Amino acid sequence: MWKFSVRRTLIMIPQLIVLSILIFVLGQLMPGDALSGQVGPDVDPARLDEIREQMGWNDPWHEQYARWMGGVLQGDLGESFRFKMPVTELIGQRIVNSFWLSVATLILTYIIAIPLGITSGRFNDTWRDQLITGYSYVGFATPLFIFALVMLWLFGFTLGWFPTSGSVTPGLEPGTFEYVMSKLYHLLLPAISMALITTYSTIQYLRNEIVDTKQKDFIITARAKGASETRVYNRHILRNSLLPIAAFLGFEITGLIGGSIFIENIFGYPGMGQLLVESISLRDYTVLTAVTLLFGIASILGALLSDIILSIVDPRIRIK
Amino acid sequence: MADKLLEIKNLTTSFRIKDDYHAAVDNLSLTVNKNEVLAIVGESGCGKSALAFSIMGLHTRAKIDGDILYRDHNIAKMTPSELNKVRGKDIGMIFQDPLTSLNPLMQIEEQIGETLLLHNKEMSKTARQERVLDLLNKVGIPRAEYVMNQFPHELSGGMRQRVMIAMAIANKPELLIADEPTTALDVTIQSQILDLINKLKDEMNAGIVLITHDLGVVAEMADRVAVMYAGQIVEVADVKTLFANPLHPYTRSLLNSVPNSDQEQDQLHVIQGIVPSLQNLPREGCRFSARIPWVDESAHEKHPELREVDPGHQVRCTCYKHFSFPDETKEEQHVLS
Ligand SMILES: Nc1ncnc2c1ncn2[C@@H]1O[C@H](COP(=O)(O)OP(=O)(O)OP(=O)(O)O)[C@@H](O)[C@H]1O
Ligand SMILES: [Mg+2]
Repeated sequence: MWKFSVRRTLIMIPQLIVLSILIFVLGQLMPGDALSGQVGPDVDPARLDEIREQMGWNDPWHEQYARWMGGVLQGDLGESFRFKMPVTELIGQRIVNSFWLSVATLILTYIIAIPLGITSGRFNDTWRDQLITGYSYVGFATPLFIFALVMLWLFGFTLGWFPTSGSVTPGLEPGTFEYVMSKLYHLLLPAISMALITTYSTIQYLRNEIVDTKQKDFIITARAKGASETRVYNRHILRNSLLPIAAFLGFEITGLIGGSIFIENIFGYPGMGQLLVESISLRDYTVLTAVTLLFGIASILGALLSDIILSIVDPRIRIK
Repeated sequence: MADKLLEIKNLTTSFRIKDDYHAAVDNLSLTVNKNEVLAIVGESGCGKSALAFSIMGLHTRAKIDGDILYRDHNIAKMTPSELNKVRGKDIGMIFQDPLTSLNPLMQIEEQIGETLLLHNKEMSKTARQERVLDLLNKVGIPRAEYVMNQFPHELSGGMRQRVMIAMAIANKPELLIADEPTTALDVTIQSQILDLINKLKDEMNAGIVLITHDLGVVAEMADRVAVMYAGQIVEVADVKTLFANPLHPYTRSLLNSVPNSDQEQDQLHVIQGIVPSLQNLPREGCRFSARIPWVDESAHEKHPELREVDPGHQVRCTCYKHFSFPDETKEEQHVLS
């Protein structure tokens, strides 16, 4: 297993290099730069060129990339032009917020998906299965941002059960119990909204996995041994069906990143998704490339996590 | 007469296909005696597995009528929990495909141990471990201590079938059902597995139902043979009689389609057509008649029944009295043309 994990981790290095180059080049290709639209029409264009030259923006892209990468490796993501502060500082609290929102969403996704997927798979083609599959279709068909708006309007504004923006009630002392509870309270509604909509893929995946495993020959073997139906389910069918769910985790994380961009903006939740949209509209390229890079790294780490979990639980991979 | 171990009476196993039930095993009666190897032969699709699964109560969606009497109990009428006390303990089963019949995520020890655990809750973990080791040695698995902790995908097909056999005999069953145990294996491994079953048969004192379509296997292993066609038994005899004096046209066709090294054979017989599918199965008259069209219609009975022609030798339908293979000159012409 160690051999596999190390090898699998090493594969990440070229992935990360390609990812960073792509993101950097795409950033360069975008129209305008931090100066466009910022300076008055009366400023001498020659002066602007001078600034550009000073900042190194006229250097060949690979030199700029090398400079940028050197900084990134030392933990320096550059300076935000709009906020006039280091990007790392800007990201600091937001990345923590996004992380907890993702964790809460993932937990809720599994809390919903596992019992529903198991019921749907175990009693496939009965009314229970049809009901759950119906829910999945609705989840599949409903756009996340519309659903999130409805949730915000209903539970946030109309019923007033949940806060409608922010990640914490202002004025609380970090580290106190009230502070933590307030944070949890703020991320609950966005997390529930996202989980309810995105869980359908996990439900269907688990359901199909169970329906598939039910028909395997080794299930007949288990019955022929004299195992009760309950035991056949718990020991043989579930165990073999939950495993691929672990592999699904990486995919899940990628989905979360996409979802969080909508959710954070709608719920005014100060996280990475919100920062991404802000930096795009403000043309804050250093922030934009940094956030995109971090999202990309999160996806790659998600895939790595899946593979390592799978290698722990699946003996067929473990050996190789 | 030998002691009865299992008595199947008027068993009908039907599958639902498009709102209708079709019998894959049709009003079948058969007895398995203690300590005998009863071979069930027939082409693919004639209902052999459907019969074996019925005996084990393994069908999940089939309709089962009739009785399967085992030690004064009727397996066909058992509740699931009663059934679970019998299978794996009194009746063990070996399946056709060892590659898919083992749980890919369980170590060999756990898989065999589960059979032991299910029927003997008191057995200690170490005792169970020892017994698994013992069983693995018994079925001829080298380096058993090591194999115990391996997963199925690390073993060859032959080894996996040995594991399946160890599992089936773990609780010393009185009846062992082997559903084409060697079909999925290559030839050299086949004979090793058969030798193993032969060896175990002498040690175990169990009745064995050996399902196969290989008549070579029948000749080597069986005491008695039941020939099955389209869900029915068409002939039952002890193995010597069956090979020396086969009666039913289906039995004779099967025997004639196997190359025989002892006798000189000019040609092999090929049985015309195929086993009809369940929906197309003729339910009236002699079911084999369509595949021997040269035999006159009047040779068949309207309602063919299994009748005893000699003690222990039963045949269905009267057509056997009028049956002969199409004459040789004709077939040679056929071959030449
Ligand atoms: N679950 C099922 N549903 C519907 N039809 C079935 C089912 N299982 C078997 N059958 C049909 O019943 C008939 C008998 O099948 P069975 O598997 O018993 O044949 P077999 O003699 O074991 O053949 P083989 O040598 O290929 O194993 C076949 O026509 C098959 O298509
Ligand atoms: Mg079969």
